[in-house]
Amino acid sequence: MSVLDIQNLSKSFGAVRVSQNVSLSVEAKKCHALIGPNGAGKTTLIHQISGVLTPDAGRIRLDGQDITAFPMWRRAQAGLGRTFQISSTLASFSVLENVALAAQAKAGSSMRFFGRAAAETGLNRKASDILARVGLADRAGILAADLSHGERRLLELGIALAGGPKFLLLDEPMAGLGRVESERLTDILADLRREIPMLLVEHDMDAIFRLADAVTVLVDGVVVARGTPDEVRNDPAARAAYLGEDFE
Amino acid sequence: MSARNAELLTAGVIFVLLLIAPPLLEALGLGYMTGLLMKAMLLAIAALSLDLIVGQGGMISLGHSAFVGLGAYSLAIGLESGIDNILALMVIALVVSGLFALVTGALALRTSGIYFLMITLAFGQMAYFTLTSLAGYGGDDGLTLWSLATLFGSKVVQNSGQLYFVILGVLLATWWLLHRITHARFGRVLRGARDNAERAEVMGFSVFRYRLTAYVIAGMIASIAGLLTAQQNEFVSPSLATWQHSGDLLVILVIGGIGSRNGTILGAFFIVIVQELLGAILPEWRLIYGPLLVLVVLFAKGGLNTLLTPGQGRRAA
Repeated sequence: MSVLDIQNLSKSFGAVRVSQNVSLSVEAKKCHALIGPNGAGKTTLIHQISGVLTPDAGRIRLDGQDITAFPMWRRAQAGLGRTFQISSTLASFSVLENVALAAQAKAGSSMRFFGRAAAETGLNRKASDILARVGLADRAGILAADLSHGERRLLELGIALAGGPKFLLLDEPMAGLGRVESERLTDILADLRREIPMLLVEHDMDAIFRLADAVTVLVDGVVVARGTPDEVRNDPAARAAYLGEDFE
Repeated sequence: MSARNAELLTAGVIFVLLLIAPPLLEALGLGYMTGLLMKAMLLAIAALSLDLIVGQGGMISLGHSAFVGLGAYSLAIGLESGIDNILALMVIALVVSGLFALVTGALALRTSGIYFLMITLAFGQMAYFTLTSLAGYGGDDGLTLWSLATLFGSKVVQNSGQLYFVILGVLLATWWLLHRITHARFGRVLRGARDNAERAEVMGFSVFRYRLTAYVIAGMIASIAGLLTAQQNEFVSPSLATWQHSGDLLVILVIGGIGSRNGTILGAFFIVIVQELLGAILPEWRLIYGPLLVLVVLFAKGGLNTLLTPGQGRRAA
């Protein structure tokens, strides 16, 4: 039973067809990688799944539920967590409050006008646990704006986890990270992938070969190859797409 | 001392000073000044409500005075229709302004930034011109209130009674309510959406619902400020609902420090006192008032609030 099931997704901007009949499904406990050259339509696909963009045609199902017409916030409520290619955090909030607010979204109504949210121990404990898991426990009190780039990538992931997602969309989580930071994040994701199925857009091939159970190659909005990482590595179409880029 | 305690302490000092001001001014022979203080407190109530959407919500509205006007005319029209209980009149003002906010907010919040500002301005002007067209209630010229609202027949809520303390009580209640809302779950979502609306959506919050709720709450509070303004002036006119008045409220927030409740109260007092003092000294007082505002904005970025709590940023909740 697939947790995320995308069927025949199509999207055009004028004459540019950014997604053409893209189908893809990810089963429980699997990490599925989406790769392709720049401009292949990877982020556009992620945007359609998370609801930033509406597809022209096709269906998106999450855990059996059709979420194609849902606005972003309802997709999140339905269990879809995502990170952004460019870090998207709440700059004036502390690191802990960034995660606590995300936890609040799944902890009953937020139309509450009394009682200090910052003093809710349930939310704070959950946020602390998640910060420990992504390695930001010692940064809990500082403002998100004061984090380093690498730490903000980790906070992105922490925010996505706080919603207790059934599925994670990770849009280039390693973007801009150094080797050590990349490995640290890969370790965290390796630890998570058996718990939460994920769709991973990434350029870091080391991370992909370590994490992914399956790979889909997207070129000009079309799926040109799919299979296990090893199959895709030897696929002529996939190799052609990367035109000599080192694929090992 | 934590920022939170500093805020509560400052508020305590402000409210105690306001509580003892009337007898003090009376003793100094400055009794006429209580009228100015009432004017400043009423502006502060309206500006505090505006701060919920501007400071906490990050939505800059140029139509907030429409709600002040609706509150004032709820009182005037209610009185003309024979309703004189102030509590009943307040309920009318809350219902009218709440519905107006719900409808205009639902449309305006389809946009953000400069477009939100323009749409709120348009709705504000709509309310203003509607009020000027009320020929039966004075039209352009406004309407003198020959009878005023009472509290079950008592004149305690009039100038001849204890209207000063009624307004002070409403100011205190407004401060407390907005303080609680800001720090509650609701306020946290509102601030999160101000920082990054897309992020808040992806967390699972319908930003639109939270913003609309804030817009309605702010409009309802502003209508109470308008109602009490009419009661104090014993007069209503559409000028309360002009967009210039909305601009004054925004100026108060900037002067006081956006997002700061104590700063907003100080901002309201600053504006009223400076206008009054300058106005008394020379007729061309605006020549000085304008540059003065520029200086405050340039050299006190966080507004008067930074004088209260040095080191506290503008983003104080």
